[in-house]
Amino acid sequence: MFIPHSDSDKSEMLEKIGLKSIKDLFKDVPEKYRYPDLNLPEAISEMEALQNLKDLADVNFSTDDMLCFMGAGAYNHYIPAAVDSIITRGEFLTAYTPYQPEVSQGTLQAIFEYQSLIAALTGMEVSNASHYDGATAAAEACVLAYHNFRGKRNKFVLSKGLHPQYRETIQTYFQGYENLKIVGFDNPSQMPNDDDLLNLVDLDTAIVYVQYPDFFGRIRDFTKFVEQVHEKGALVAVSVNPMALGMLKPPGEFGVDIVTGEGQPLGIPLSFGGPYLGLFATKKEFVRKLAGRLVGETVDKEGRKGYVLTLTAREQHIRREKATSNICTNQGLIALAATVYLSLLGKHGLEQVARLNFDKAHYAATQFNQLNDFEVVSNSPFFNEFVLKCPLPVEEINALLLDYDILGGYDLSKDYPELENCMLVAVTEAVSKDDIDYFVSSLQEVCHG
Amino acid sequence: MVEATIFEISSPGRIGVKYPESDVPSFELPAELERRHLPLPEVAELDVVRHFTRLSKLNYSIDSGFYPLGSCTMKYNPRINEVTARLSGFAKTHPLQPVDTVQGNLALMYELQEWLAEISGFSAITLQPAAGAQGEYTGVLIIRAYHKDRGDTKRTKMIIPDSAHGTNPASSSMSGFDVVHCATNEHGNIDLDSLRAVCDDTTAGLMLTNPNTLGLFEQGISEVIEIVHQAGGLVYGDGANLNALLGITRPGDLGIDIMHFNLHKTFSTPHGGGGPGSGPVGVASHLVDFLPCPVVGILEPASGDFPPFYGFVEPAKSIGRMKAFYGHFGMVIRAYTYISMYGKHGLREIAEGAVLNANYLMALVNKHYKVAYPRICMHEFVVEGHWPNAPEVIALDVSKRLMDYNFHPPTNYFPLIVPEALMIEPTETENKETLELFADALIKISDEAVNNPQLLKDAPHNTPIGRLDEVKAAKDLVLCCWIPEKEN
Amino acid sequence: MKNPQDLKYAKTDEWVKVEGNTATIGVSDYAQSQLSDIVYLEFLVEPDDEIKKGASIVTLESVKAAADVSSPVSGRVVALNDSLSDEFESINTDPFGKAWMVKVELSDPSEMDGLMSADEYSAFCDDREH
Repeated sequence: MFIPHSDSDKSEMLEKIGLKSIKDLFKDVPEKYRYPDLNLPEAISEMEALQNLKDLADVNFSTDDMLCFMGAGAYNHYIPAAVDSIITRGEFLTAYTPYQPEVSQGTLQAIFEYQSLIAALTGMEVSNASHYDGATAAAEACVLAYHNFRGKRNKFVLSKGLHPQYRETIQTYFQGYENLKIVGFDNPSQMPNDDDLLNLVDLDTAIVYVQYPDFFGRIRDFTKFVEQVHEKGALVAVSVNPMALGMLKPPGEFGVDIVTGEGQPLGIPLSFGGPYLGLFATKKEFVRKLAGRLVGETVDKEGRKGYVLTLTAREQHIRREKATSNICTNQGLIALAATVYLSLLGKHGLEQVARLNFDKAHYAATQFNQLNDFEVVSNSPFFNEFVLKCPLPVEEINALLLDYDILGGYDLSKDYPELENCMLVAVTEAVSKDDIDYFVSSLQEVCHG
Repeated sequence: MVEATIFEISSPGRIGVKYPESDVPSFELPAELERRHLPLPEVAELDVVRHFTRLSKLNYSIDSGFYPLGSCTMKYNPRINEVTARLSGFAKTHPLQPVDTVQGNLALMYELQEWLAEISGFSAITLQPAAGAQGEYTGVLIIRAYHKDRGDTKRTKMIIPDSAHGTNPASSSMSGFDVVHCATNEHGNIDLDSLRAVCDDTTAGLMLTNPNTLGLFEQGISEVIEIVHQAGGLVYGDGANLNALLGITRPGDLGIDIMHFNLHKTFSTPHGGGGPGSGPVGVASHLVDFLPCPVVGILEPASGDFPPFYGFVEPAKSIGRMKAFYGHFGMVIRAYTYISMYGKHGLREIAEGAVLNANYLMALVNKHYKVAYPRICMHEFVVEGHWPNAPEVIALDVSKRLMDYNFHPPTNYFPLIVPEALMIEPTETENKETLELFADALIKISDEAVNNPQLLKDAPHNTPIGRLDEVKAAKDLVLCCWIPEKEN
Repeated sequence: MKNPQDLKYAKTDEWVKVEGNTATIGVSDYAQSQLSDIVYLEFLVEPDDEIKKGASIVTLESVKAAADVSSPVSGRVVALNDSLSDEFESINTDPFGKAWMVKVELSDPSEMDGLMSADEYSAFCDDREH
């Protein structure tokens, strides 16, 4: 299997070391705790392991078995075959962080291209090599803002339309900061316009966080909003769905300071929530406050172009307790998948797939609006997601929809009790017009018996 | 060889992937929200595949050769893991599906939680943290929450040995603790007097790596833990080096209160050029209520022919969530696959193989390199990459020269307490011949250092590119090959 | 490079030059050589900030290291050498001259007594070299 030593290898090696038995290697371990009897199953072969895992996988219902209208931060998109074929190459799969640039140019250049693609897509000057996911990228943006003002500004203003799990992650990250106030997300009105946040922004505010499209699917121009926040000296961050940027004005044009987002739509499987990809782009002036890896272009002694990890002095292994983040790595292979995906789709493909999402979601919304008892209530332009008010609780509806092989949308009342019976419906290129019609008629059927 | 960037090989009008024509009417986007310019490359599929295939060939990887990067556990990544993680029943499940449609996922996660708890001697596990560093942050937040919950608010100090990973002090200060250092003694163990001197009623905890970053098992482990516990602090175990202990001993039994695992080190999930990692955290019984939410639990026990019904539960005093959803599920599947193939007796062979390999390699080179702490090591050891009779040669030169012999260099300049450190971790999956070839290369280099130091200074000679100008990279800061145009 | 005689030195490798009641602070040649090529500098204080002895006033970064420069004296910040933000090369080439960093109006001139002379500091550096 995976350990090559024969008995004769072992005895020759022990002899060279000067020991009699393998057990002699572990004399430093307190004797009474040595060699525990582990209550685990007996070992199985690869063939059995595969069968075992297949059996577990078969218990699930996947998007192969159901039409998927669930989104809320993770989306069912088609992934071109070439993506997986590239990222399973052993040279990418089994390398580590490119500490030694002479033997890591493949990974380094791929990250450099990733940084370039994300900067181009978001309209920002700089992207890092990625964070864990959309939620932790948002938390790291708050870390940046907090340290940008050297801890002198102690308020974060978060939009109600920021993904609730991202907001919770920010709250977790900052629980040790006793003076910090995190406000804005608990606005009692159902789906407030983010302009309400401006009332909360003051000279103590470090960062204002909005989302585009927001958690309810809505899109708007933030240019004026950003200007008004900047008047108070605070930073503006926006969490994005990168696929939407295939057709929407990039947040860089709004003048925002930081763009983060969940990169999963860019060729990453749903995989029950991870591993995903945290996008993080910013203005050049914040580059030294940016957590995470960065790759820069340079030359070798002979003037040949090459790439290295750069600005490493701000990282934890050098700054230790003075580092502002403990991040060691990036999402490596997942960032590579996004790089290959964006390269394959390119300018035309990304625009086309964004357009398909937009049109199909709008078609679905139009169909629902023609029905009694259903109403699209996210009353605003949207990308591929909208809020549908239903006649019954969403949890009930979704249970019934399973019999129609449909995975219904997200139950918003879980996070927002005031949005009773509201379903967040996501429509992607993976469904056809017929699928949408079937979804609409099935939903009508389960609600009216 | 220089490979042009994907932007440079772009040509207007090319497209790599085509989608079906739309089968719905077209709708209008408000003009002020429309994107006017999408500056992405335009490339055909073959160009993309060739480009990334060529790039891949500029990489060194475990698949291509020996990768003894200390503290990173670069063991073989079994291919079956890649197959199981991609089964569509796993890969195509949405994180927000009703729990009754993902019982397979939940059963797998629950079982891995149980297995990791059994392997490490802890009471409960969270699979949520995205990587070791995040696991560590989770652990430090749990320590904070534990003291706060007891009303013990003056515990503001985290003790960190001088041999610790840089993440330890960074995680501590991120969560608002003051970092206090404690020294290592001449045997490479924590200096007990130094530890006693810094322990008092302001001690929140100790962050301990065992085996430590010198590759040594902490000989005073029981005393160390007792000293901290008596002061009222908790002991955090950095699980980066767990590969040395599988089936040998359980950190929980030793008295450690909380520890993170690195699934990408110990449990063979691929390192992927830097990630994704996965950093589950295990806790002793008194910390179970503080775990991040959610964790997988049994909602209805098995009865008759029916398996248990699994779901998500929220620990009573949870510190909150560390990221969206439930962790790096894809990595969880791989680790599960790996552990199931080793089983209750096999895990011990991993540790035995790793420790045997490290000691054998150390024995092969210890006459040519100064071993920092010469005693039986665990899964890795640290030597000094310099010699009195080769004053200009430094560890970096040794590392670069190793590339010419087709090996990946060890970790260099870590741990900080060893001058010109080279930290070597062979892992259990390397055979005896590979270790011997590597030792031969190291020995040759130690000769070259004395007889032809310039050869080392100019190394590497056989790589696609030579030593790169890092000062230029940091000064010029060219971080992308696309420069935003001011539109309008 | 010789350590100029008219300066006083801290164990943390800063130099101080006193003119009237104003102290000019920079880092020594030894410090810059340990850091190697400086690639970035950031001021951690602003004019009019009151600082205590030991406070971090500047962060320096080289490719391999990062270091905080701490003030050997207490007082009120009166000037920053803004030109350094662009020309941090001078920290490597002219640490005792062009690369001064911060001027402080001394609140406790007796703190100067705890600093080393050029000769003492040179010996202190030699000790660490071996």
